[in-house]
Amino acid sequence: MAKRVLFVGAGPGGLMTANRLAKMLPQEIRSGELEIVVLSDTPRHFYQPGLLYVALDLALPDGFERPQNRLKVPGVELVVDPAVRIMANERAVVCKSGRRVEYDYLVIATGSVPDLDAIPGFREGAHSFYTLPEALKLRKAIQSFDSGRLLMIIGVPHKCPVAPLEFMFMLDDALRKSGKRNQVELMYTYPIARLHSLEPVSNWAEKEFAERNIIGETFFNPESIDPVKRLVYTLEGEEVPYDLLVAIPPHTGAKIVKDSGLGDNEGWLPTDRSSLKVIGQDRIYALGDATNLPISKAGSTAHYQSGVVAANLAHELRGEPASVPYDGKVFCFIEAGLEEATHITFDYNHPPQPSDPSGMTHWFKLAFNEMYWLSLRGLI
Amino acid sequence: MDKVEITREIDARGSYCPGPMMELIRVMRSAAVGDVIAVLSSDQGSKRDIPKWTAKASQEFIGVEELEGYDRIVVRKVK
Ligand SMILES: Cc1cc2nc3c(=O)[nH]c(=O)nc-3n(C[C@H](O)[C@H](O)[C@H](O)COP(=O)(O)OP(=O)(O)OC[C@H]3O[C@@H](n4cnc5c(N)ncnc54)[C@H](O)[C@@H]3O)c2cc1C
Repeated sequence: MAKRVLFVGAGPGGLMTANRLAKMLPQEIRSGELEIVVLSDTPRHFYQPGLLYVALDLALPDGFERPQNRLKVPGVELVVDPAVRIMANERAVVCKSGRRVEYDYLVIATGSVPDLDAIPGFREGAHSFYTLPEALKLRKAIQSFDSGRLLMIIGVPHKCPVAPLEFMFMLDDALRKSGKRNQVELMYTYPIARLHSLEPVSNWAEKEFAERNIIGETFFNPESIDPVKRLVYTLEGEEVPYDLLVAIPPHTGAKIVKDSGLGDNEGWLPTDRSSLKVIGQDRIYALGDATNLPISKAGSTAHYQSGVVAANLAHELRGEPASVPYDGKVFCFIEAGLEEATHITFDYNHPPQPSDPSGMTHWFKLAFNEMYWLSLRGLI
Repeated sequence: MDKVEITREIDARGSYCPGPMMELIRVMRSAAVGDVIAVLSSDQGSKRDIPKWTAKASQEFIGVEELEGYDRIVVRKVK
């Protein structure tokens, strides 16, 4: 009987791993010994980093979306039917339609969910750009924002830890270009003692903030929002007024993780930092935003992890030990405005090494926005 | 510090982003009042920044244990 590797979630984590595995074991697929099945809750694939450009009116959403079934390689079966329960002790997953899919190995890549209800007043008072409807709403709000204070607040945890800084720098450039910058006060806040978790990024941002006249506040954790008085209250006891509030929502793990009793309080999967197996589950891997690992929730993290998970699955399917470790590698491009970008890389054992911002890196980031579709298919 | 019972331990060694301080804030947000949280951190800044934050956010800083190559920092959620 064929062995089946089942994936839940067809974001970059799930799809890239399934595609890579199919390319590693073409013979097993051809001979009918192996089946690779991906369960998705959506027929469309949206490239999330595009939302930043949509919110700032630098791109239309259409170019960032493709049908899922055009992104898989031969040998991968895509089923659009949301999974509703993982039954680890029966090695099966039940879908919304009632379909039950059994597996030999399971990969959970259900991502993270922006929680717009975690901070009271968020839905009424704040704008964000972490979902398409929110990004479109923010685009409209920015278009009609001519004067006053734009306040950026940040919930914990959140994916793409550089997006809030990128947003500030890109907006600053855009406001200067449109001649509105003098009437607008830009204020950025951050939960910990500096402007970004990565120290070199924080040092660089501090210098840029001084030059661009952006106010930076630290130890700032929003607790509630009063949309009528336009005030943000923090865990640290502060009360800060705003005219336009841009917020990064706190995130939680996927509902199915919570419903299946596999996650912690917030729905993150307890994951071994090296093997990427769910702790206590020999046949379940987790990757991407869904894990509880203390590393950046970013597409690049999912990308590096997918190589590890695919290689270990290939080993295990051939009766060999899962011997490839994940070293914690993350790589991030950071937009430094509308014309320059920088990048940074680090892993569990090597602290972040930033590069100087350059026009070249900015163009490379824009090119990557296109190359993403190739990387999903395991081509780069 | 030996006598406090730890409710949850976070291993944030080798975490540069989000880093130990952000991981602590994450867990504090979903913890119950009275929970004691320990963070393992290999970042030298944590033992300076975490007590500063607990003072600012009116949470209880219990202490730091210096171990080989990392610190174990213990905090109680009091509100
Ligand atoms: C504005 C913004 C900018 C960003 N910029 C960058 C950047 O510049 N660089 C970078 O590296 N990262 C960036 N990211 C982060 C990046 O998009 C995510 O980290 C990445 O998408 C995580 O991949 P994933 O596969 O783990 O999760 P996701 O992409 O969230 O995919 C998970 C998928 O699983 C599906 N799913 C969930 N539950 C079920 C279920 N029960 N059944 C079936 N399917 C299910 C979801 O619908 C989703 O399609 C950005 C994100 C945002 C929002």
